[in-house]
This record gives sequence, C-alpha cells and structure tokens, in this order.
Amino acid sequence: MPEINYRDAMNRALREALDENEVAYIIGEDIGPYGGTYAVTQGLYDEYGPSRIKDAPLSESAIVGAGIGSALLGMKPIVEIMTINFSLLAMDQIVNHAAKLRYMSAGKMEVPLIIRMVTGGGAQLGATHSQNFEGWYASVPGLTVVAPSTPYDALGLFRTSRAMRDPVIFVEHAMLYSVRGDVPEEHYSIPIGMADVKKSGDDVTIVAHSRMVNVAMGAAQELERMGISAEIVDLRSLRPLDMDTVIKSVEKTHNVIVLEETWKTGGFGGEIASQIVEKGFNFLDSPVMRIGGEDVPAPYTYVLEGLAFPDIERVINGVRSLLGR
Amino acid sequence: MTTEQQIVKDQVLRRYHKMVLIREFEGESYRQYMQKNIRGFLHVYSGQEAVGVGIIGELEPQDYVISHYRDHGHAIAKGSDVNSLMAELFGKSTGTSRGKGGSMHLFDVEKRFMGGHAIVAGQIPIAVGLALATKEIDKKAIVVCFLGDGAMQEGEFHESMNLASIWKLPLLFVIENNLYGMGADVAQTLAIHDEIYKIANGYKMESAKVDGMDLFEVQDAGQKAIGLIRSGEGPYLLEAQTYRFRGHSISDPAKYRPEIEVSYWMSRDPIKLLQARLIKEDIVTQEELDEIHKVVENEIVEAVNFAEKSPFPNADELYTNIVLGSGE
Ligand SMILES: Cc1ncc(C[n+]2csc(CCOP(=O)(O)OP(=O)(O)O)c2C)c(N)n1
Ligand SMILES: [Mg+2]
Repeated sequence: MPEINYRDAMNRALREALDENEVAYIIGEDIGPYGGTYAVTQGLYDEYGPSRIKDAPLSESAIVGAGIGSALLGMKPIVEIMTINFSLLAMDQIVNHAAKLRYMSAGKMEVPLIIRMVTGGGAQLGATHSQNFEGWYASVPGLTVVAPSTPYDALGLFRTSRAMRDPVIFVEHAMLYSVRGDVPEEHYSIPIGMADVKKSGDDVTIVAHSRMVNVAMGAAQELERMGISAEIVDLRSLRPLDMDTVIKSVEKTHNVIVLEETWKTGGFGGEIASQIVEKGFNFLDSPVMRIGGEDVPAPYTYVLEGLAFPDIERVINGVRSLLGR
Repeated sequence: MTTEQQIVKDQVLRRYHKMVLIREFEGESYRQYMQKNIRGFLHVYSGQEAVGVGIIGELEPQDYVISHYRDHGHAIAKGSDVNSLMAELFGKSTGTSRGKGGSMHLFDVEKRFMGGHAIVAGQIPIAVGLALATKEIDKKAIVVCFLGDGAMQEGEFHESMNLASIWKLPLLFVIENNLYGMGADVAQTLAIHDEIYKIANGYKMESAKVDGMDLFEVQDAGQKAIGLIRSGEGPYLLEAQTYRFRGHSISDPAKYRPEIEVSYWMSRDPIKLLQARLIKEDIVTQEELDEIHKVVENEIVEAVNFAEKSPFPNADELYTNIVLGSGE
C-alpha cells in the first residue's frame, strides 16, 4: 500500500469531491493562489479554477452562511475555516442555522455541508491560536463531528462525510498534516460513528481522538517495554459517538484513561468518562482517569506550552499510577 | 537654523530613528527565528514603518493605540522598550507579557499600547470601547485603531464603524492597505479595494487616503485627522497605501506577488524616501543619519543580549494571570 501524508490524503479527498460532483465547490480564505495556509488545497486553484475553488474574503460568518444557503439549493459546498479558532466568528451560522434547519423545517430543508477546520495547539501560536473546540460542536444536536487521526481515516471518513445530507464539522489537526500512513489506491470508505481500535492491549484502554491518538500510540510503545499492554481506541467521530467500542474495550482491560488535548474542564472527555460510568461501571477495576490539557490559555513560550498540553510522558505516568505499576 | 527649524529637525530625526529601529528589529527577529530563538508565527512590519511612526508620532502619550498581530512596529512607535519586546519574542520572563503572549500578542499598557490582537478584526470593537471610555470618563485621550485591508472584510469592522459614528467617538481608524490579506489580492476580496477610504461615506464618517510610504504625508494627514477628532468631530478613517516587504508571515515565501509589483514598492522604501528627501532639502547631513544607524545597531545588539540573558518564566506561571476574581 502506498504511504502518503495526511495533507496529501486530504488533498486527494478534495479532488475526488470536485471530480465526482459538478456542483461541489470549495470555499475558504487563502485557498487560491496562496495554496491554503496548511497547503491542503495546494494545486487545486490552478486545476479547477476560481469558480470551483472560491478564494474567500476574511468573512467566516458569511462564508459558512453562503455554504448553508447554497447547500439548501442543492450545491455541495466544502467550507474551509482556516483554524477552529476563527470558527468562533461563524459559530452563529453553524450552531443556530446549519444545525437547526432540518429540525425547524420538519425535515423540509437540508444542509449537506462540510466545514473543514484545523484544530489544536502545540506550535507556539499562543492563546488565541491553539484551541480545540471540536468538543463544543460535538455537543450540538444536528451536527456531525468527525476528527480523523491518520491519512487512511481522513480519506475514508471524508468520502462518507460527502454522502451526508447534514452538516459535518470535519476536524484536522495542524500537527498531523505531515504524519504518514498507508492509503490504498482502491476505493474504500469508513462509516461515520465507528471507533477504531488502533492498537489492541489487555491492561488499560486509552480513548482519544485526532492528534492525541498519536500521543497515546507513542505512550503505548514505551509502556510495552515496561510490560504494560495498552489498548488504543480512536473515536474518529465525536458525534455520533461509538461508545460500544469503548465499552467493549473496557470490558476487556478493566481500566480506562480518557485522553484529550483541550481543557479538562468542560472537555468532551468528561462526556465520555460519564458514559463509561453509566454503561460500563461494573467492568472497571479502577476509577476512570482523565488526562487533558491544563485549564489555562495556551502560553506562547515553549517552556510553558510544553506543560499545557498532554504528552507521551504524562500518559505513561497516568497509566502507571492508574495501574499502580 | 531657526528654533522652529530645529524643532522640525529634531522631530524628523526622532521619527527616522524609530523607522530604522523598527526595520532593524524586524530584520533581527527574522534572524533569531532562523536560529529558533523565536518561534510560532512572526509577522513583520518592514515596509510599513512610515504609517505607524507617522500616525503615532502625532499622538500624545496619553492617547491609546490598538493593533493586530503585525504589531511590533506599532509597539515600538508607541514607545515600548525594544529589550522587553525582543525578550517577549524569545519567550522570556522579562518580555512585555512575560513570554506568555508572543509576537502576535504584544501589550504595553503603561505606554497605552493595548495590543496585539491576533484574531483578525478582533481589536476593532475593542477600540470602540476604548474610545467610549476616553470620551465619557477620560476626556483628554483619543484612540487609534490600526487594521489591515483584510480586516475590513469582517463584520466586526462594519459594526464598529457604525457604532463609532453614531456615538461620535474620538477614534481614528487607520487602514494599512498593503494590497493583500494573507495571500489574497485585495482586488479579489474587497469590493471597495480601489477606494477603500470611501467606505467611511456609508457610515457618515470623515475619511482620507494618504501615501503610506511618505512619512511627511502620513504625519500631515494624521495631524489633520487627529485635530478633527480632538475637537469633538467624531471618528475618522485614514487609508494609508503601503506594502509589506516580506511575506505575510515568516513561513510565507509570497510567491503570489508579481515581481515587478514587489520591486516597484521596494523602490518606494519609506526609509530610503525619507533619507533622500532629508538630504536633498538639506534638513540633515549624511553623517547625522549614519549616526542614527549606528545607535540603532547598538540598540538591537543590546536587545538580543538582554533577551538571551533573561530567564524563562517559572513553571508555576502557567497558572497565573487567568482570573483574579475579587482578590488582590
Ligand atoms: C478571524 C480570523 N480569520 C483568519 C485569520 C488568519 N489571518 C491572519 S492575518 C490574515 C490576513 C489579514 O490581512 P490584513 O487585515 O490585510 O492585514 P495584513 O496582514 O496585511 O497586515 C489572515 C487571513 C485570523 N487570524 N483571524
Ligand atoms: Mg493587508
């Protein structure tokens, strides 16, 4: 299987979307001659031209709104919001409009819209540019929130997102773009709402999504050397949330850590932890442990930023203290 | 030389000094970025110096300035200490925000430099609030809000223009039109790109356009606008036509800009234009200018030394300055 990086997988996913549906278009800031801030749309503008690749003004709210309106009338918009931090300027369109129209119109309207956004911290961009809001979106009924961690998942889940007749928030982590992985030439797709066991293990389950899956995998490798076998469950989507896979894993390992990058207070990990308690309490040998970001705005300086986000070391320490080994 | 000529000369030399200081500070920050002493995003002000220095030079110390992420130049023009600014970029505890803010989030409240806001257009509504407070309780100060052509595309800009106008606030909007947002040509993204200043008409606000590469033009236009604002005429919008000499940020090679466009604007380097004029009009001698460059060189060396020698913040600072509550 050919190995490509996450960025190229997304680029391929976007090309397919444009090739397979003539009313599909991409809209976003600096996706034209600039090639996209994270170069995901590189080359598309030259190939598909300005009407398929709409280089938008700095107008997050209007860009999303235009996506909604054109989706209502049958177009297939793919909106790129440069980073999830800027999606706050479009939150009204996303939460009050895109997510609600099917319901409020008793199913007479539908918004088949994909909104891609780059999430996450860790690049020393400081407090306004290092946030993860996918958990917020995941609490909104009417939205689907997908957050792949590998190139394979990114392409497979994007294909399924395109088939959705409702708005999808498609979350890509800035630090994942250069991560490589196997992606077959043949067609495949991945159903939304199915978590994936990225590594199987017996002693402890680590539940994560997006970049934190990689952190968990890194920790699991080192734990293996210490004789501790961790199972990594990659949620892949936060809404719908595949708790069955999580519970099945907990039933096997009896210990679980919920890992996420964002602030622990109000983080989506709290939702997962409480569902584990609701549905799998009897399987547990130890309390559900949560590892998340520190409850602080992201600092710029690396000496502090390094302390603000979960890393491999913190996960290893968490596992060891949970298991008492 | 008459006293009046001497005053003019001193003033222009001070401003020349600031412009050179900004240019060299930015050049050095690039070098330090390459050595990984500075990280994250870095947006430099090179090419736009006459705008910040010309406008801020016309302000009084009590006046407020607020800006976006391309903020080093505005902070220096407002009087921030370059040692603390460099230390901030290095992420050190002696930085303006003790290393917590970084390049895009500079603040210097003592100098009444109110940031350093990295969400595009985010500073504009705040400027309205600053101007509201200066009008209602301070009564002496005015507010200058710097923003880019790209920021005009956000709703927050339009909401703020309207509010400033209906409240007749002492607020100067300075649009630094450098022809591009990040990589998008403003001609493609802004309906009124070729006569930006006229957008004020829709808000019944006075406005003008000025050559942002010419310090004298900028300061004259600034003086006029600020005079009107101080006399209670309400807000004013000034469009300064300028150009950024580098990419949007350090990671941007700026391939989307035609070479002849770049070289045209480079030929209008605000520092070189000023230099030529000062010499030609016999206002200063080449030696006087050379002396300024020497002084600046030392200032930059000292700033880097200071930043290098300064300690990083302690780990417990991760948790400070989040919420004070009603505590001390
Ligand atoms: C709300 C928001 N959207 C997008 C960005 C990313 N971004 C940062 S600067 C910028 C371009 C802004 O251009 P302009 O206002 O003209 O200022 P300039 O950089 O030219 O000085 C963009 C798109 C952001 N920081 N905030
Ligand atoms: Mg601009």
